[in-house]
Amino acid sequence: MNFLIISILLGILMLVMAGIAIYHKSMVVAIISAGALSLFASILYLLLAAPDVAMTEAAIGSGLSTIIFFYVLNRIRTTDEKKEDGEME
Amino acid sequence: MKNFFKIIIIAAFGVMLYPLFDSFSGNGQLNDLASFYAQKENVEKVNSANLVTAVVVTYRGLDTLGEVTILFLTAAIIAFFLTKQSEVRTLRRNSEIFQTAARLLIPVIIMVGVYIFINGHLSPGGGFQGGAVIASAVILMLLAFPNMPFNSKLFGLIESTSGLVFVGIAFLGVLIGTGFLDNAILPLGTFGELLSAGTIPIIYSFVGLKVGAELSNIISGLQSVQADN
Repeated sequence: MNFLIISILLGILMLVMAGIAIYHKSMVVAIISAGALSLFASILYLLLAAPDVAMTEAAIGSGLSTIIFFYVLNRIRTTDEKKEDGEME
Repeated sequence: MKNFFKIIIIAAFGVMLYPLFDSFSGNGQLNDLASFYAQKENVEKVNSANLVTAVVVTYRGLDTLGEVTILFLTAAIIAFFLTKQSEVRTLRRNSEIFQTAARLLIPVIIMVGVYIFINGHLSPGGGFQGGAVIASAVILMLLAFPNMPFNSKLFGLIESTSGLVFVGIAFLGVLIGTGFLDNAILPLGTFGELLSAGTIPIIYSFVGLKVGAELSNIISGLQSVQADN
């Protein structure tokens, strides 16, 4: 029963994080909440007796992909700013 | 009107997926395929404590080779499209706390990654997980010390050597054993020891090195094309 409650709570938290990732205005907050979603998912995998998948999810889902999103965001932002500057001149 | 269509589509999905939810019942037993892998003779044939690793490296070894190839292609394509910038970037120095913490944590994280892939046949995890953990240590290094030179040639060398060794061990199975990726070309050893389960620990160590080097190369490539704000 305890296990069930924890799993359902984790599921609700994951849904909340997904909602934030979609609807939040700030891109940085959205990326971080997507990373947190992966972290909760990896805890859920651990509870569901899949430690191999949990490890992959924790390292790639919440570690690597978050950083890659940040790098790409930074890259897009700078090119956007340059374009806007060019149009103004 | 648009919202009405959306609601209809969502309701249709609900109706389609409800039977799956309704007919789900917890499975007390392993299904046919899983019980084939878990039966006693097959477990003794590979002698690996972690059955998932045994399936991934021996029974489904060809799939692992495919995954490794896909990852290699991805890394190659990313390296092809990201051209290095020659200008030297002046970056703000990171805070002392972050740098000290990174210095303390990086060796520990790399050691955990190596532990995960060397003990892949005994404890949960394996080459891919260990490689990802090592790559996360490299990320921490690149974030904490962005001006540190990154030798991507060395990483590429490690990557291609590991891939070649993986395929070479697989071909040794054809020459010595019964077929491609044969596990039993090395003595199986005692159940539960570090050097047991035939070629599984060796193959998984090289897969771990390869994955770690590839992901680190991708990350450092992305880091090197960052522009100044």
